[in-house]
Amino acid sequence: MDVSVDRIALPWGSRTPYGRDEAWPVRVDTCLADGVDAGGVQRWVQAASILHSDGDAMDIAVLDGRMVGVRGRAQDRVNRGRLEPKDLFAWQANASPDRLTRPLVRRDGRLVECDWATAMDRIVAHSRELLEERGPGAIGFYTTGQLYLEEYYTLAVLARAGIGTNHLDGNTRLCTSTAAEALKESFGCDGQPGTYDDIDHADVIALFGHNLAETQPVQWMRVLDRLEGADPPRLLCVDPRPTPVAREATVHLAPRLGTNVALLNALLHEIIRTDRVDHDYIAAHTVGYEELASRVRDSTPEWAAAICDVPAARITEAAELLGSADRLLSTVLQGVYQSHQATAAAVQVNNLHLIRGMLGRPGAGVLQMNGQPTAQNTRECGADGDLPGFRNWQNDAHIAELADLWNVDPKTIPHYAPPTHAMQMFRYAEQGSLRMLWVTGTNPAVSLPELSRIRSILAQERLFVVVQDLFLTETAQLADVVLPAATWGEKTGTFTNADRTVHLSDKAVEPPGEARPDLEIFLDYAARMELRDKDGGPLITWHDPESAFEAWKRCSAGRPCDYTGLTHARLRGGTGIQWPCDEDAPHGTQRLYTDGITWAHPDVCESYGKDLETGATDDVVEYRSLNPEGKAVIRAAAYLPPHEQPDDQYPFQLATGRTIYHFHTRTKTGRTPQLNEAAPDVWVEASASDASALALEEGDLVEVSTPRGAMRGRLRVTGIRPGLLFVPFHYGYWDTKAGHAPDGETAGRAANETTVTDWDPVSKQPLFKTAAAALRRVERGDGHPAPAPTTTASAPSRADAVPGTTGGPAALVKEDAG
Amino acid sequence: MNGITLTLRALHHGEQRLADELTAVAERHRTEHEVHHVATDLARWSREHVQRVADTGRDHGVNLAGPADHDTSGLLSTLRQKAAEAVGRRPEPGLLLLRDLRELHLDATENSLYWEMLAQAAQATRDDPLLALASACHPQTLRQLRWTNTMIKNLSPQILTSLS
Repeated sequence: MDVSVDRIALPWGSRTPYGRDEAWPVRVDTCLADGVDAGGVQRWVQAASILHSDGDAMDIAVLDGRMVGVRGRAQDRVNRGRLEPKDLFAWQANASPDRLTRPLVRRDGRLVECDWATAMDRIVAHSRELLEERGPGAIGFYTTGQLYLEEYYTLAVLARAGIGTNHLDGNTRLCTSTAAEALKESFGCDGQPGTYDDIDHADVIALFGHNLAETQPVQWMRVLDRLEGADPPRLLCVDPRPTPVAREATVHLAPRLGTNVALLNALLHEIIRTDRVDHDYIAAHTVGYEELASRVRDSTPEWAAAICDVPAARITEAAELLGSADRLLSTVLQGVYQSHQATAAAVQVNNLHLIRGMLGRPGAGVLQMNGQPTAQNTRECGADGDLPGFRNWQNDAHIAELADLWNVDPKTIPHYAPPTHAMQMFRYAEQGSLRMLWVTGTNPAVSLPELSRIRSILAQERLFVVVQDLFLTETAQLADVVLPAATWGEKTGTFTNADRTVHLSDKAVEPPGEARPDLEIFLDYAARMELRDKDGGPLITWHDPESAFEAWKRCSAGRPCDYTGLTHARLRGGTGIQWPCDEDAPHGTQRLYTDGITWAHPDVCESYGKDLETGATDDVVEYRSLNPEGKAVIRAAAYLPPHEQPDDQYPFQLATGRTIYHFHTRTKTGRTPQLNEAAPDVWVEASASDASALALEEGDLVEVSTPRGAMRGRLRVTGIRPGLLFVPFHYGYWDTKAGHAPDGETAGRAANETTVTDWDPVSKQPLFKTAAAALRRVERGDGHPAPAPTTTASAPSRADAVPGTTGGPAALVKEDAG
Repeated sequence: MNGITLTLRALHHGEQRLADELTAVAERHRTEHEVHHVATDLARWSREHVQRVADTGRDHGVNLAGPADHDTSGLLSTLRQKAAEAVGRRPEPGLLLLRDLRELHLDATENSLYWEMLAQAAQATRDDPLLALASACHPQTLRQLRWTNTMIKNLSPQILTSLS
């Protein structure tokens, strides 16, 4: 049955209800350019989404060498044909007239066009000079969560074994490093234990700081479909905002920011007090339970209620929900990861599953989610603060494996300390010990905390900045060399979503002008730098996406993320496949840990663990005595008060975050008409009671300020927790007169003008949901509402206050539900 | 005064000193954000230790004060913060940071040894409250040690190889 739906007004589309343990029905969503019908499409080219971590599988419609639309892939396990608003519309941004088409170099203070040889020679000359004069520690690479596996692996090999620098990280540091760290702490190794299919089977789904409806909308469609089917799940929502998840929840807890550990310790306290504990599972598969039980003995709901400012009775109800589940699925995202005590809190969710024995069975799973689409690949390829193949930097045998594989001396691979995380790389640049920073596919001048500091670091004369991107982003405007990159649909490669599903994304059209795939750029740099192995041969022996994939397979062999059963050809035509995929599991692996814990043994684990409160690293001796047999580790953590608390001058707490119609610094979504019109400018959310206390009204221009800086936006009055302000992040300056920063005419617009430079000491993830802030009116509204959508968590508290968000004819999408 | 009260006095002094040092290091290295924040958290542990030692000391007839609040609003404190911000763009303060972390490590080590002595004496005299005190505090001292060690390990390569 075909229907056309305005998918801006109805972001999750029409329902296809299904019952528990049944298969999620297919619904194919198609969006084609005006005047194009399916019959007129010349080719459909297989791809998957890179605008969130779902990895929705889709086909790109091609006509006369142009992209003219997209269609969900019905046969794919992840989305069964569905697409979300960003998937449906953002392909149009690829053809924006302001794409970079030629390299740029800075001459006399200005960026001017040049050819590739000029740009690359400048980078190579600078790299050589720094290596000679200062050594590899002067060079750093800051990549993204949006490149492909083949590109990350190539970058990791060239940086770690070629340049020999310890400074390589992804901006996945900002979105997913806590997920990785929490998995390493509990299971000894990264890798999602559960699968999206667990949504089909769970009877309770607990979402901790995870606005699934806006961050992974297609899986939210799946939850909505179950809610309308037989035997629907009950939801627990922990979120201070009135999200769509909160509206559907059986129990909604809206805690004060920075108190997640207190809340989770109280939930664990109740589960243990009522003995809803699987003692057999604990004995067979875990260590550390006694320590946890003693640590949460006094963490009563009443104790937590005072800290979190939620009623103790609600905490008890939440614990009852979790304790009575027979198949519990928990998911965790930025409300935990970007908040105070991020890893400590995320690990307590793992603990909840370990003590209840809720792992490795249909519906019993944990999804420590990712925010970025290819975050999983930065982690497994070692393009973030990890080593390739989830290898342990403290384990010499693991380093020897890599050295063997790359035919280099183990000493050339830095492993004397953990790989440098992004925030520390910027600190080294600030301090002047890091002199070259190569930024690929991300935009720190908008995405990092305390933007005036970041801009001043990037603008330093002594720091040589290379930016490789699609557009002249805020960061690119501060660069010394800008390289035009090809993107999704213009290059081939694979990527892996949050539930370990590997998809192939093929090239559909040519990139504009002289733009090149990131892989080609890295290979060119490696060749020009003459990076060698220990026998004098070329360090990097591959030359295209497919040969890079084959090289990666050799690196992944025998590790948890084993890709040896996959090829580009196998991934073409059917569904995505979940790793590990090898001889033993030729069809992939739905769930990890179906038969106990597999990767926590001291000889194979990726990490020996860290202190959850200080971040201090344990060594192999401590780990061996704690966990000699390689079981799951139950790690307890005490609640610590947040580092920045509201006071008289800054009486509010401030959270920043993603919303449904925009993605990473809006480089693509801001150039997509339907998405841009749905949320064209930044706004500020406050509760009805706070607004009325300050005599503020919907649409007033307000200023949010913190000790770091200020930003302005129109006020949206919502059902958010009183005392809390919310600002959507990643509105920057490229689409304002100012260019890359606020100026006399453009006030601060980016949320990160205000956020604090502080990070979780365990995962090193910056805290974007923790600042204390002041709010004041700048001018009365002119009768227009804030430019915030009404369809999401920013819905106005008074439904009649604001006209509903719609997309009109341009947002009509065909939905075909079989 | 016996050996136990001597040890309690030494711990009282040592934990107060470590609390002060952690706070001072947090101020002096305000532009080293992780050091700043975690050192501030760890100072709280030492202040709690001072309080507990004082409480237990009372039962042993030793009069020890509660934790002295490190004044974070005074002139010295402001000077330290301003100095940190002024030199935040230079590589040399890295050496000062390593020196400070090393001092913290040594101070915590001294406290750790005193906790060990106290625990042994508590067992020898079957003094359960005293043993409980040492068992509660010593692990946190060891965690302070591991933290300084980790920071020194992680920061040394860049700091020591980048000075020209």
